Amino acid sequence: MIVMANNKISALIVDDDSIIRKIHKTMLERLFNIEAETVKDGKEAVELCRSGANFDIIFMDREMPIMDGAEATKQLRAMGVKSTIVGITTRAGGEDREEFLAAGSNHCFEKPLDRAKVEVVLREHKKFTI
Amino acid sequence: MDGIVELQRQLIDYTASLFHEGFLDEQFNQLQQLEDENNPGFVVEVVTLFFEDADRLLNELTKALGQPSVDFKSLDAHVHQLKGSSSSIGAHRIHRVCISFRNSCEEQNVEGCLKNLQQVKHEYSLVKDRLETLFRMEQQILNAGGSVRR
Repeated sequence: MIVMANNKISALIVDDDSIIRKIHKTMLERLFNIEAETVKDGKEAVELCRSGANFDIIFMDREMPIMDGAEATKQLRAMGVKSTIVGITTRAGGEDREEFLAAGSNHCFEKPLDRAKVEVVLREHKKFTI
Repeated sequence: MDGIVELQRQLIDYTASLFHEGFLDEQFNQLQQLEDENNPGFVVEVVTLFFEDADRLLNELTKALGQPSVDFKSLDAHVHQLKGSSSSIGAHRIHRVCISFRNSCEEQNVEGCLKNLQQVKHEYSLVKDRLETLFRMEQQILNAGGSVRR
C-alpha cells in the first residue's frame, strides 16, 4: 500500500518522443498518483525551472535534439536545482550512465521506465513511504 | 455467456502466443495495467499513436536511404525515435531490429541499413497485423457484454 507522507509528489517528464511522454505521464498518475508535467527537450526543462517551476522528480531522457539530458542535468544543477533527477537512456552500455551521474543525476535507468524503476526512485524520496 | 467465455479464452491464448513468438514483451503488460474504467482504450490509443508515428518514420527512412548521399546522422535520429517508441509499447522484435539498424548507421554501412530497413518494415507489418487482430478480439468481447481486463 502506497501512502503519501505529506503532499503530492510533483514530476517533470523530459522526452522528445510524444508516445513516451504520454505513457510515462499516465503511468505516474495512474500507478503512483503523481502529477506530471511534460516537456519535449532539455532546453525547455531548463527554461521551465529557471522561470521558477519546482519539481520533486525530473525524469530526463538522454537523447534529445536541441539539448540532451546530460547537458540539461548539468545546467539544472549549476542553477541550484535540488530535484531528484532520473536519467533515462536507450543504450545498455555504461557511458551514458556515467555521463548522467557525472552531470549530477541521482539515478540512471535504461528505457523504458516501468513501475519497478519508479519504485526504486520513490523509496529514496523523503515524501514517500511504501 | 458461454460465447463470451470462449472468446475470452481465445483472447488469452492469442495474447500468450504474441509474447511467446516475441512480438510483444513485458512492457506491453505494463501498458495494459494502466487501463481501467477511468482510462479505457488507453492501450489502443497509445498503439495507434505508435502506428502513425512508425508510418511517418518508415517513410522518412526510405526517403533518406534513397538519397544519392545518405545523411547518416539524420537516419540515426529517426531510427533512435523508432527504437524508443517501439520499446515503450513492448514491440520487441521491432526494437531488436532497430538496435542493429543503429549499428549500421554508426558504421555508415548503406547495404546494412537497407537490409535493416527491410527487416523493420517486415516486423512492423507483422506486429501491426497481430495487434489489430488482438484489438478486434477485445472489441468482440466488449460488444458481447464481456470484459477484457482482470
